[in-house]
Amino acid sequence: MDIIVCIKQVPDTAEIKIDPKTNTLMREGVPSIINPFDLNAVEEALQIRDSLGDGKVTVLTMGPPQAESALREAISMGADEAVLLSDRAFAGADTWATSYTLARAIKQLGADIVFCGKQAIDGDTAQVGPETAEFLNIPHVAYVKKVEEVQKDSIRVQRLMDEGYDVVESTVPVLLTVVKELNVPRMPSLKGKMAAKKTEIKKMGMAEIGADENDLGMKGSPTQVRNIFAPQFKTERRMLDGTPEEQVNFLVKELKESQCL
Amino acid sequence: MSIVVDKDKCNACETCVSSCPFDAIEMKDDKAFINEYCNECKACLEVCPEGAIKEVKIPEPRAQSTEHRQKLQDYKGVWIFAEQREKKVTAVSHELLGIGRKLADELQTGLSAVLLGADESEAKELVKWGADKVYLCEDPALEKFNDDTYTEVLSKLIKEHKPSIVLSGATPIGRSFIPRVAARLRTGLTADCTSLEIDKETKNLLQVRPAFGGNIMATILCPDHRPQMATVRPRVMKKGEYDGSRTGDIIKVAADGLTSRTKVLESVKEVSEISVNLHEADIIVAGGRGVGGEKGFKLLEELAQVLGGSVGASRAAVDEKWIPYSHQVGQTGKTVNPKLYIACGISGAVQHLVGMQSSDVIVAINKNPEAPIFSVATYGIVGDLFEIIPMLTKQIKEAKGL
Ligand SMILES: Cc1cc2nc3c(=O)[nH]c(=O)nc-3n(C[C@H](O)[C@H](O)[C@H](O)COP(=O)(O)OP(=O)(O)OC[C@H]3O[C@@H](n4cnc5c(N)ncnc54)[C@H](O)[C@@H]3O)c2cc1C
Ligand SMILES: Cc1cc2nc3c(=O)[nH]c(=O)nc-3n(C[C@H](O)[C@H](O)[C@H](O)COP(=O)(O)OP(=O)(O)OC[C@H]3O[C@@H](n4cnc5c(N)ncnc54)[C@H](O)[C@@H]3O)c2cc1C
Repeated sequence: MDIIVCIKQVPDTAEIKIDPKTNTLMREGVPSIINPFDLNAVEEALQIRDSLGDGKVTVLTMGPPQAESALREAISMGADEAVLLSDRAFAGADTWATSYTLARAIKQLGADIVFCGKQAIDGDTAQVGPETAEFLNIPHVAYVKKVEEVQKDSIRVQRLMDEGYDVVESTVPVLLTVVKELNVPRMPSLKGKMAAKKTEIKKMGMAEIGADENDLGMKGSPTQVRNIFAPQFKTERRMLDGTPEEQVNFLVKELKESQCL
Repeated sequence: MSIVVDKDKCNACETCVSSCPFDAIEMKDDKAFINEYCNECKACLEVCPEGAIKEVKIPEPRAQSTEHRQKLQDYKGVWIFAEQREKKVTAVSHELLGIGRKLADELQTGLSAVLLGADESEAKELVKWGADKVYLCEDPALEKFNDDTYTEVLSKLIKEHKPSIVLSGATPIGRSFIPRVAARLRTGLTADCTSLEIDKETKNLLQVRPAFGGNIMATILCPDHRPQMATVRPRVMKKGEYDGSRTGDIIKVAADGLTSRTKVLESVKEVSEISVNLHEADIIVAGGRGVGGEKGFKLLEELAQVLGGSVGASRAAVDEKWIPYSHQVGQTGKTVNPKLYIACGISGAVQHLVGMQSSDVIVAINKNPEAPIFSVATYGIVGDLFEIIPMLTKQIKEAKGL
């Protein structure tokens, strides 16, 4: 079973702050990490490889040259091979063009299972997995929280839904997008860290994936970001005072008046 | 358009570098340089203290032939995908009809709904909620959600009827199969929108959505492709107006030979007894790490019970396994907008706030006066929740004469 895991290098958005004066992002000093859900995807791929005892795990990312460090980190966890999709023509891609590019590469590399994270914590769209599956013309299951059984030509998983979960069976090849509940990602091992230093990273550009410029990057993207602004929160704020008893009295009176009760 | 740096004005202060969501500004020869990753989002324009970053008009590389423009004109009407679970239309569909009606009226066009795997009675309800037309496919193969079959039927309908706008709920179902539809139709899709408007001049759809974990909002356009597609965050849009006398067309659609490579073997409900559906609740009492454990949540349950509400939670409380994930409110949980939201022992991280900030009235109870939750609270109480909550429960009981 050959498995490809799509990983994205992202800024750690939990560390991001907003400049209160200009209402814009302050990315300074914010570390670049592997998208957290993608770590769950790598972990699951490694577990499947090790339990079946054959096949390889390849990690794949599209990004600027510095995204190579994310690939090396995944190798240190135990992935076998790594591919970096980097080309000026890929820059500025929306989810359509990102998925198209990833799918072209995956077709060349070949895989029985493709893993993606549920969503990237920067773009936050959760669209790249399903769109990539469509371009590959393979089925997908989103929000996978458990892989129950893997067979040669079928797989059974649990898919998270609003009020519980579905047990879903799919044919293989298949693409799965995964949530955090799936597993606990392992830490890099010493052996893995050595391998990460030595492993050669395969690089692919527009020519290698055989794509048309008009389908790539900003040019190939149907969506455009028009502008960016800071979220508006409700500001009417009232701190109550007095003894706890007085505060509660006042609150109940107010809630009654505003017909909340 | 293009964003450029006026090198004479730039004094290398690097303020712009960290403001860029796309990591597209670098320092080169001691001046800011905008590289190919620029998405022209204009976030850097206001940031520069020297006013050295500007937008310049260049002949639009994207501008398409008149023939292409003409083709875009063929796309008319607003569509919403009406989601059903167990053959009942879900609340998000009513919200989509609310916003869909507004957009359609502004464009002076019709509003249609697509309903898969439910009965005609439900289609009639959609008309009463605001649809002019309902495309209904009653095929039993569509009763359960499968990405393959839903993608197939919806894509075909869109290709045939060419709507200009297609909206769906940003639910596990919508966010799973709508991207496939957009990929197949070679068009754009905006994720998890919290506001939708029509651009007065171009008549394009302006799609507003949060990104970067709720830290920023972005307005997204899909100017040169049709339909313009968006998933819409549940509980953000107002429901349409229900009018029992409204009439409309119900168009039955046949689906032959539907096949799916995935199959749902079983649907398991995993909701604990205390919860009614969070999306539908008018009152939510939510607890965070400060609640301290399952025993603390019992206190919240009691309060929720006298209020007739449900119980929500922060991710910290869910991670501690004090309450199941289905109760989580926030970026990676549910978005709610009840009439009353009582946050107990929740600090107010931005990922939590994005899920509840649009509640009508917010009460925050926290022992730390500096907790960020107070910045969104209508009423803030600084204190120990173990003292405040039982008192509140008792008083409300009395006020309601229970
Ligand atoms: C503020 C903002 C708003 C945006 N809004 C939209 C929008 O509404 N619609 C739209 O089409 N685009 C949008 N984009 C562009 C979008 O973020 C990029 O296309 C991005 O490359 C992929 O989307 P994502 O980050 O949302 O990934 P998601 O779809 O959330 O990622 C899911 C998974 O796909 C895989 N994956 C994603 N990107 C890569 C990659 N580069 N290499 C390898 N694997 C990857 C990972 O496994 C990841 O866990 C927006 C960008 C910004 C900055
Ligand atoms: C990608 C991502 C997605 C996320 N998604 C979500 C999400 O969907 N939902 C979510 O909630 N979080 C989410 N988070 C986590 C979020 O960043 C916070 O870590 C989390 O919300 C904190 O939960 P909390 O407020 O309960 O805990 P804490 O931040 O630990 O706050 C506990 C609060 O309780 C108060 N307190 C303690 N004891 C008492 C007492 N006796 N009486 C009164 N007050 C008391 C303390 O003063 C403190 O303010 C996400 C994070 C990331 C990175």
